[in-house]
Amino acid sequence: MKSDMKVYPDAKTALEGLAFDGMTVMSGGFGLCGIPENLIAALRDSSIKGITVISNNAGVDGFGLGQLLETRQIKKMISSYVGENKEFERQYLAGELELEFNPQGTLAERIRAGGAGIPGFYTATGVGTIVAEGKEIKRFGDRDYVLETGLVADLSIIKAWKGDARGNLIFRKTARNFNPMMATAGKVCIAEVEEIVPVGSLDPDSIHTPGIYVDRIVQATFEKRIEQRTIRAKEEA
Amino acid sequence: MPWTRDDLAARAAKELKDGFYVNLGIGIPTLVANHIPAGITVTLQSENGMLGMGPFPTEDEIDADLINAGKQTITELPETSFFSSSDSFAMIRGGHINLTILGAMEVAENGDIANWMIPGKLVKGMGGAMDLVAGVKRVVVVMDHANKHGESKVLKACTLPLTGTKVVNLIITNLGVFEVKPDGSGLKLIELAPDVTLEEIAEKTEASYEVAL
Repeated sequence: MKSDMKVYPDAKTALEGLAFDGMTVMSGGFGLCGIPENLIAALRDSSIKGITVISNNAGVDGFGLGQLLETRQIKKMISSYVGENKEFERQYLAGELELEFNPQGTLAERIRAGGAGIPGFYTATGVGTIVAEGKEIKRFGDRDYVLETGLVADLSIIKAWKGDARGNLIFRKTARNFNPMMATAGKVCIAEVEEIVPVGSLDPDSIHTPGIYVDRIVQATFEKRIEQRTIRAKEEA
Repeated sequence: MPWTRDDLAARAAKELKDGFYVNLGIGIPTLVANHIPAGITVTLQSENGMLGMGPFPTEDEIDADLINAGKQTITELPETSFFSSSDSFAMIRGGHINLTILGAMEVAENGDIANWMIPGKLVKGMGGAMDLVAGVKRVVVVMDHANKHGESKVLKACTLPLTGTKVVNLIITNLGVFEVKPDGSGLKLIELAPDVTLEEIAEKTEASYEVAL
């Protein structure tokens, strides 16, 4: 393969040929931390409709996945928490948007399992709650577990800190979150990174996501919006 | 005098033991971090992918890539590690976290907890709450004894959709502390807030309990 065949000049070009109406997209991030800002904007500009989005949260009004809600491109969300978005609330209450809540750990594991070729797994999370309704319950030892299924998507869009032309990725601090699992569970994965570094400059022992999972990579700039700016006073010297 | 929010956090902090890995929920539980007893080491886990949570940053330390599960900016410590959400919940689900302290809307005498949705109201989602109550070894609830209508939140059976069943070990309210008996046979009142009487507890508690002060 050509050594730089995975590298694309911008998010719009990276998305070319991949977006279609009714597709399922996994989008990394926790809140607004570690979200693929540029690929979300490119999806919005693609004008495709009826997207099912798998993402822990739904962005905020006008930023992150909130941009796709504003344009009514999302048909359904699979998430664990969606509290920060008025437009989401409006569409959901008006019956314009489907919503499937998953416990956060179950969502993370469904994605991990999907990417690892595991179609289902049993977990104690949610047993005895509405989350387990209609699902198989199995007893192991003295405890009941609910069968949850693996999740895959047509496309996963993720955000990393550094990457190389072969798609090897390193994440930074809590911006890692759902990104590594989602990289494994999309039929195609596009990663946007703050910096594409020369192949060989990342320590092989420190790579979080090996390049096999990443089909396209694009260097981009990020706004990195902060949701809750909490600070403490600086101690006197 | 019933316990204040800060008193509740201080009382909950007595449940921390040296060497514990702990996940604190949003609200009063977050305040527990301010009351970690001197001389013990506790590592705070944040389910978005961090062990070893430090205090809020100063203005010039703010880093958009470094937040807690409440999406608040936070700092790291020398012992901090970062990991993915699936690793984070493997820790939680796998029973590696010693203690979680959470708020609740209702708790029942068998240890059931409801803290994520009110039918008819907008539901924001359960986040990591269901995983925490199902997976963490010891679950401590910190909450007001009664709701804003004055009705008991310590119940014979929860009326709201559950977060987990038979998972709560200890209930700390502004009036006192109840232990959930491990055999599921009910509650034990083990402590009263200052100047709170047994009569007041009896009047304001729907659940049945034995008194073991």
